[in-house]
Amino acid sequence: MKDPVHVALTHDPIHAQELIDAVASHSCGAISLFLGTVRDVNDGRAVTGIEYSAYVAMAEREMRSIVDEATQRFPGVRLALLHRVGRLELGEVSVGIAAAHPHRTPALDAARYTIEELKRRVPIWKREQYTDGTREWVDPTARRAEVAL
Amino acid sequence: MTVRVLLFASYADAIGSPELTLDVPDGARVSDVVERLRLLPGADRLPPAPLVAVNAVYAAAGSALAPGDEVAIIPPVAGG
Repeated sequence: MKDPVHVALTHDPIHAQELIDAVASHSCGAISLFLGTVRDVNDGRAVTGIEYSAYVAMAEREMRSIVDEATQRFPGVRLALLHRVGRLELGEVSVGIAAAHPHRTPALDAARYTIEELKRRVPIWKREQYTDGTREWVDPTARRAEVAL
Repeated sequence: MTVRVLLFASYADAIGSPELTLDVPDGARVSDVVERLRLLPGADRLPPAPLVAVNAVYAAAGSALAPGDEVAIIPPVAGG
């Protein structure tokens, strides 16, 4: 029997099949997979790569809490959650979530819950590198404030 | 008593170090540590009430600290 909870920060590339294999079960008729990838533009600036860093001990603890909460909200769900740290190139997977459940709705909802909570509270930061050679830490709260204006 | 302060990302860049040790009075609270930090050179980029975690758990500004606590000042998170 595979461990139903598979949660970690990793320096290694995230492979979709590993996430799927971590949650797949004959009792589950649905697997929802979410991958976050490095995009080539942000706020109108051309991005060449992203460096992720984390408060490792706390980030893994919060990630486990989120998975525990999702498991309580969506009983029977089997979740895997991996997040990269270090330097990533365009197109690389920064975060991967697989959620398996006997039925599709809880599988989809559990993956959605997990990514939204991760973005809200897990202590991970990213520094974008731009084509002009500069780099900057991303502050999503500043962007939200601008959008609200 | 002393507490260990961890700084990350833009806050570590602002203060010029990812970690420092602070001497604070017994009974000091999270907000006292933040006030002390904001006196350091470069710390004007720290907000008056940043997110803080004590021993890897989010903590309120009024939380009391114990000797040796690990106080992490958490910049706006940007995972995903």
